[in-house]
Amino acid sequence: MTMFRRSGRTLVARFTSVDAQVLRQCVAELAALLSDRLDRDDPAVERLFPDAYPEDPDDEAEYRRFTEADLKTTKLDQAKTVLTDLLESGGQAGGEVHLDEAGADLWLRALTDVRLALGTRLGVHDDTDIQSELDDAVLRDPTSTRVGQLSVYAYLSLLQESLVGALTE
Amino acid sequence: MAAPQTVPVETPEVEEVPDLDRAWVTIVWNDPVNLMSYVTWVFQKLFGYSREKAEKLMLDVHHKGRAVVSSGPRERMEYDASRLHGYGLWATVDRP
Repeated sequence: MTMFRRSGRTLVARFTSVDAQVLRQCVAELAALLSDRLDRDDPAVERLFPDAYPEDPDDEAEYRRFTEADLKTTKLDQAKTVLTDLLESGGQAGGEVHLDEAGADLWLRALTDVRLALGTRLGVHDDTDIQSELDDAVLRDPTSTRVGQLSVYAYLSLLQESLVGALTE
Repeated sequence: MAAPQTVPVETPEVEEVPDLDRAWVTIVWNDPVNLMSYVTWVFQKLFGYSREKAEKLMLDVHHKGRAVVSSGPRERMEYDASRLHGYGLWATVDRP
Protein backbone atom coordinates (compact mmCIF):
# COMPACT_ATOMS: atom_id res chain seq x y z
CA MET A 1 0.00 0.00 0.00
CA THR A 2 1.21 3.46 -0.88
CA MET A 3 2.27 5.57 2.12
CA PHE A 4 4.05 8.89 2.61
CA ARG A 5 7.58 9.17 3.92
CA ARG A 6 9.89 12.08 4.48
CA SER A 7 12.82 12.70 2.18
CA GLY A 8 14.69 15.78 3.39
CA ARG A 9 12.21 18.64 3.26
CA THR A 10 9.85 16.77 0.97
CA LEU A 11 7.03 14.32 1.66
CA VAL A 12 7.02 11.55 -0.90
CA ALA A 13 4.59 8.80 -1.81
CA ARG A 14 5.12 6.38 -4.64
CA PHE A 15 1.60 5.54 -5.73
CA THR A 16 0.82 2.18 -7.21
CA SER A 17 -1.65 2.44 -10.05
CA VAL A 18 -4.42 0.87 -7.96
CA ASP A 19 -3.91 3.26 -5.04
CA ALA A 20 -3.69 6.25 -7.38
CA GLN A 21 -6.96 5.24 -9.03
CA VAL A 22 -8.71 4.66 -5.71
CA LEU A 23 -7.66 8.06 -4.39
CA ARG A 24 -8.49 9.77 -7.66
CA GLN A 25 -11.98 8.29 -7.66
CA CYS A 26 -12.67 9.40 -4.08
CA VAL A 27 -11.35 12.91 -4.60
CA ALA A 28 -13.30 13.24 -7.84
CA GLU A 29 -16.49 12.27 -5.97
CA LEU A 30 -15.73 14.89 -3.34
CA ALA A 31 -15.14 17.49 -6.04
CA ALA A 32 -18.50 16.59 -7.62
CA LEU A 33 -20.21 16.99 -4.24
CA LEU A 34 -18.62 20.43 -3.85
CA SER A 35 -19.28 21.54 -7.41
CA ASP A 36 -23.03 21.46 -7.09
CA ARG A 37 -25.22 23.66 -4.99
CA LEU A 38 -24.74 22.34 -1.46
CA ASP A 39 -27.43 19.88 -0.52
CA ARG A 40 -28.00 20.48 3.18
CA ASP A 41 -30.06 17.30 3.45
CA ASP A 42 -26.95 15.30 2.64
CA PRO A 43 -25.28 14.30 5.96
CA ALA A 44 -21.86 14.41 4.26
CA VAL A 45 -22.43 18.05 3.32
CA GLU A 46 -23.59 18.79 6.86
CA ARG A 47 -20.37 17.32 8.21
CA LEU A 48 -18.14 19.18 5.74
CA PHE A 49 -19.88 22.46 6.55
CA PRO A 50 -20.79 22.19 10.23
CA ASP A 51 -22.87 24.78 12.04
CA ALA A 52 -20.89 27.28 14.08
CA TYR A 53 -24.11 28.19 15.92
CA PRO A 54 -26.16 24.99 16.08
CA GLU A 55 -28.63 26.54 18.52
CA ASP A 56 -29.14 29.90 16.90
CA PRO A 57 -30.52 29.88 13.35
CA ASP A 58 -30.09 33.64 12.89
CA ASP A 59 -26.46 33.67 13.98
CA GLU A 60 -25.86 30.54 11.90
CA ALA A 61 -27.36 32.13 8.80
CA GLU A 62 -25.12 35.16 9.29
CA TYR A 63 -22.05 32.98 9.84
CA ARG A 64 -22.75 31.00 6.68
CA ARG A 65 -23.32 34.15 4.68
CA PHE A 66 -19.78 35.24 5.48
CA THR A 67 -17.92 31.92 5.39
CA GLU A 68 -19.67 29.24 3.34
CA ALA A 69 -18.76 30.37 -0.17
CA ASP A 70 -15.06 30.71 0.67
CA LEU A 71 -14.99 27.39 2.49
CA LYS A 72 -16.65 25.65 -0.44
CA THR A 73 -14.24 27.21 -2.96
CA THR A 74 -11.23 26.30 -0.81
CA LYS A 75 -12.33 22.69 -0.40
CA LEU A 76 -13.03 22.35 -4.11
CA ASP A 77 -9.66 23.91 -5.05
CA GLN A 78 -7.90 21.51 -2.68
CA ALA A 79 -9.60 18.53 -4.26
CA LYS A 80 -8.65 19.76 -7.75
CA THR A 81 -5.03 20.27 -6.70
CA VAL A 82 -4.81 16.70 -5.39
CA LEU A 83 -6.25 15.44 -8.69
CA THR A 84 -3.68 17.52 -10.60
CA ASP A 85 -0.84 16.29 -8.38
CA LEU A 86 -1.89 12.70 -9.00
CA LEU A 87 -2.18 13.29 -12.73
CA GLU A 88 1.24 14.94 -12.92
CA SER A 89 2.78 12.09 -10.98
CA GLY A 90 1.76 9.63 -13.69
CA GLY A 91 -2.01 9.44 -13.61
CA GLN A 92 -3.60 6.02 -13.92
CA ALA A 93 -0.20 4.36 -14.05
CA GLY A 94 0.71 5.68 -10.60
CA GLY A 95 3.92 7.48 -9.77
CA GLU A 96 5.68 9.57 -7.16
CA VAL A 97 3.95 12.49 -5.52
CA HIS A 98 6.31 15.03 -3.97
CA LEU A 99 4.90 17.56 -1.51
CA ASP A 100 6.43 20.50 0.30
CA GLU A 101 4.94 21.57 3.64
CA ALA A 102 2.23 23.69 2.03
CA GLY A 103 1.37 20.85 -0.31
CA ALA A 104 1.20 18.41 2.60
CA ASP A 105 -1.11 20.82 4.46
CA LEU A 106 -3.42 20.93 1.43
CA TRP A 107 -3.37 17.15 0.97
CA LEU A 108 -4.15 16.58 4.64
CA ARG A 109 -7.20 18.83 4.37
CA ALA A 110 -8.38 17.15 1.18
CA LEU A 111 -7.85 13.67 2.65
CA THR A 112 -9.81 14.79 5.71
CA ASP A 113 -12.71 15.96 3.55
CA VAL A 114 -12.72 12.71 1.60
CA ARG A 115 -12.68 10.65 4.81
CA LEU A 116 -15.39 12.80 6.42
CA ALA A 117 -17.67 12.32 3.43
CA LEU A 118 -16.94 8.61 3.18
CA GLY A 119 -17.08 8.06 6.95
CA THR A 120 -20.47 9.76 7.10
CA ARG A 121 -21.80 7.60 4.26
CA LEU A 122 -20.50 4.47 5.98
CA GLY A 123 -22.08 5.46 9.29
CA VAL A 124 -18.74 5.47 11.11
CA HIS A 125 -19.27 6.32 14.78
CA ASP A 126 -17.14 6.53 17.93
CA ASP A 127 -17.13 2.82 18.61
CA THR A 128 -16.67 1.71 15.04
CA ASP A 129 -13.83 -0.74 14.55
CA ILE A 130 -13.20 -0.53 10.82
CA GLN A 131 -11.45 -3.88 10.68
CA SER A 132 -14.31 -5.78 12.31
CA GLU A 133 -16.86 -3.85 10.20
CA LEU A 134 -14.90 -4.97 7.19
CA ASP A 135 -14.77 -8.58 8.38
CA ASP A 136 -18.54 -8.56 8.94
CA ALA A 137 -19.19 -7.01 5.54
CA VAL A 138 -16.97 -9.57 3.82
CA LEU A 139 -18.83 -12.42 5.52
CA ARG A 140 -22.18 -11.02 4.43
CA ASP A 141 -21.21 -10.31 0.83
CA PRO A 142 -17.59 -9.98 -0.27
CA THR A 143 -18.66 -8.27 -3.49
CA SER A 144 -20.76 -5.57 -1.83
CA THR A 145 -20.14 -1.85 -2.27
CA ARG A 146 -19.71 -1.58 1.49
CA VAL A 147 -16.70 -3.89 1.47
CA GLY A 148 -15.06 -1.72 -1.17
CA GLN A 149 -15.88 1.53 0.65
CA LEU A 150 -14.68 0.26 4.02
CA SER A 151 -11.40 -0.91 2.46
CA VAL A 152 -10.91 2.47 0.82
CA TYR A 153 -11.73 4.26 4.07
CA ALA A 154 -9.24 2.11 5.98
CA TYR A 155 -6.57 2.74 3.35
CA LEU A 156 -7.12 6.51 3.28
CA SER A 157 -6.88 6.60 7.09
CA LEU A 158 -3.48 4.90 6.94
CA LEU A 159 -2.37 7.16 4.09
CA GLN A 160 -3.33 10.28 6.04
CA GLU A 161 -1.71 8.95 9.20
CA SER A 162 1.50 8.37 7.24
CA LEU A 163 1.44 11.95 5.93
CA VAL A 164 0.87 13.46 9.40
CA GLY A 165 3.66 11.24 10.73
CA ALA A 166 6.08 12.16 7.95
CA LEU A 167 5.24 15.85 8.27
CA THR A 168 5.74 16.03 12.04
CA GLU A 169 8.69 13.64 12.41
CA MET B 1 1.43 40.91 62.21
CA ALA B 2 -1.09 43.56 61.60
CA ALA B 3 -2.47 44.63 58.34
CA PRO B 4 -1.73 48.20 57.42
CA GLN B 5 -4.48 50.57 58.49
CA THR B 6 -6.49 51.61 55.57
CA VAL B 7 -9.70 53.44 55.11
CA PRO B 8 -12.37 50.84 54.47
CA VAL B 9 -13.63 51.00 50.96
CA GLU B 10 -17.24 50.41 50.19
CA THR B 11 -17.54 47.27 48.10
CA PRO B 12 -19.49 48.14 45.00
CA GLU B 13 -22.63 46.15 44.33
CA VAL B 14 -21.35 44.97 40.98
CA GLU B 15 -17.79 43.94 41.46
CA GLU B 16 -16.74 43.99 37.86
CA VAL B 17 -18.30 44.85 34.59
CA PRO B 18 -17.72 41.75 32.48
CA ASP B 19 -15.82 42.35 29.29
CA LEU B 20 -18.45 41.09 26.87
CA ASP B 21 -16.02 41.12 23.98
CA ARG B 22 -13.86 38.48 25.60
CA ALA B 23 -16.63 36.22 26.74
CA TRP B 24 -16.73 33.97 23.67
CA VAL B 25 -15.17 30.60 23.05
CA THR B 26 -14.46 28.24 20.18
CA ILE B 27 -15.31 24.63 20.98
CA VAL B 28 -14.09 21.56 19.11
CA TRP B 29 -16.31 18.48 19.34
CA ASN B 30 -15.31 14.86 19.13
CA ASP B 31 -15.91 13.16 15.82
CA PRO B 32 -15.30 9.55 14.86
CA VAL B 33 -13.37 10.24 11.67
CA ASN B 34 -10.56 12.67 12.38
CA LEU B 35 -7.26 11.09 13.39
CA MET B 36 -5.84 11.94 16.81
CA SER B 37 -2.45 12.78 15.30
CA TYR B 38 -4.09 15.07 12.75
CA VAL B 39 -6.20 16.93 15.33
CA THR B 40 -3.08 17.53 17.46
CA TRP B 41 -1.23 18.83 14.42
CA VAL B 42 -4.13 21.17 13.51
CA PHE B 43 -4.18 22.67 17.03
CA GLN B 44 -0.44 23.29 16.86
CA LYS B 45 -0.65 24.75 13.39
CA LEU B 46 -3.67 27.04 13.85
CA PHE B 47 -3.08 28.25 17.38
CA GLY B 48 0.68 27.91 17.76
CA TYR B 49 0.19 25.64 20.77
CA SER B 50 3.03 23.45 22.01
CA ARG B 51 2.75 19.78 21.15
CA GLU B 52 2.02 19.08 24.82
CA LYS B 53 -0.86 21.57 24.99
CA ALA B 54 -2.24 20.49 21.62
CA GLU B 55 -2.18 16.84 22.69
CA LYS B 56 -3.93 17.63 25.95
CA LEU B 57 -6.68 19.49 24.09
CA MET B 58 -7.00 16.65 21.58
CA LEU B 59 -7.35 14.13 24.43
CA ASP B 60 -9.96 16.36 26.09
CA VAL B 61 -11.93 16.35 22.85
CA HIS B 62 -11.51 12.61 22.54
CA HIS B 63 -12.41 11.64 26.12
CA LYS B 64 -14.79 14.41 27.20
CA GLY B 65 -16.44 14.91 23.85
CA ARG B 66 -15.44 18.56 23.53
CA ALA B 67 -12.83 21.12 24.47
CA VAL B 68 -12.53 24.90 24.42
CA VAL B 69 -9.63 25.58 22.09
CA SER B 70 -9.66 29.38 22.08
CA SER B 71 -11.41 32.29 23.74
CA GLY B 72 -11.72 35.96 22.96
CA PRO B 73 -13.83 38.42 21.01
CA ARG B 74 -16.70 36.97 19.04
CA GLU B 75 -15.33 37.90 15.59
CA ARG B 76 -12.06 36.19 16.43
CA MET B 77 -13.90 33.04 17.54
CA GLU B 78 -15.85 32.97 14.29
CA TYR B 79 -12.57 33.27 12.43
CA ASP B 80 -11.12 30.40 14.47
CA ALA B 81 -14.20 28.26 13.83
CA SER B 82 -14.01 28.91 10.09
CA ARG B 83 -10.32 27.96 10.03
CA LEU B 84 -11.10 24.76 11.96
CA HIS B 85 -13.89 24.01 9.48
CA GLY B 86 -11.29 24.48 6.76
CA TYR B 87 -9.34 21.64 8.37
CA GLY B 88 -12.45 19.51 8.73
CA LEU B 89 -12.78 19.79 12.50
CA TRP B 90 -16.22 20.10 14.04
CA ALA B 91 -16.13 23.53 15.71
CA THR B 92 -18.79 25.78 17.20
CA VAL B 93 -18.83 29.27 18.69
CA ASP B 94 -20.41 29.81 22.06
CA ARG B 95 -20.67 32.12 25.00
CA PRO B 96 -20.12 30.16 28.22
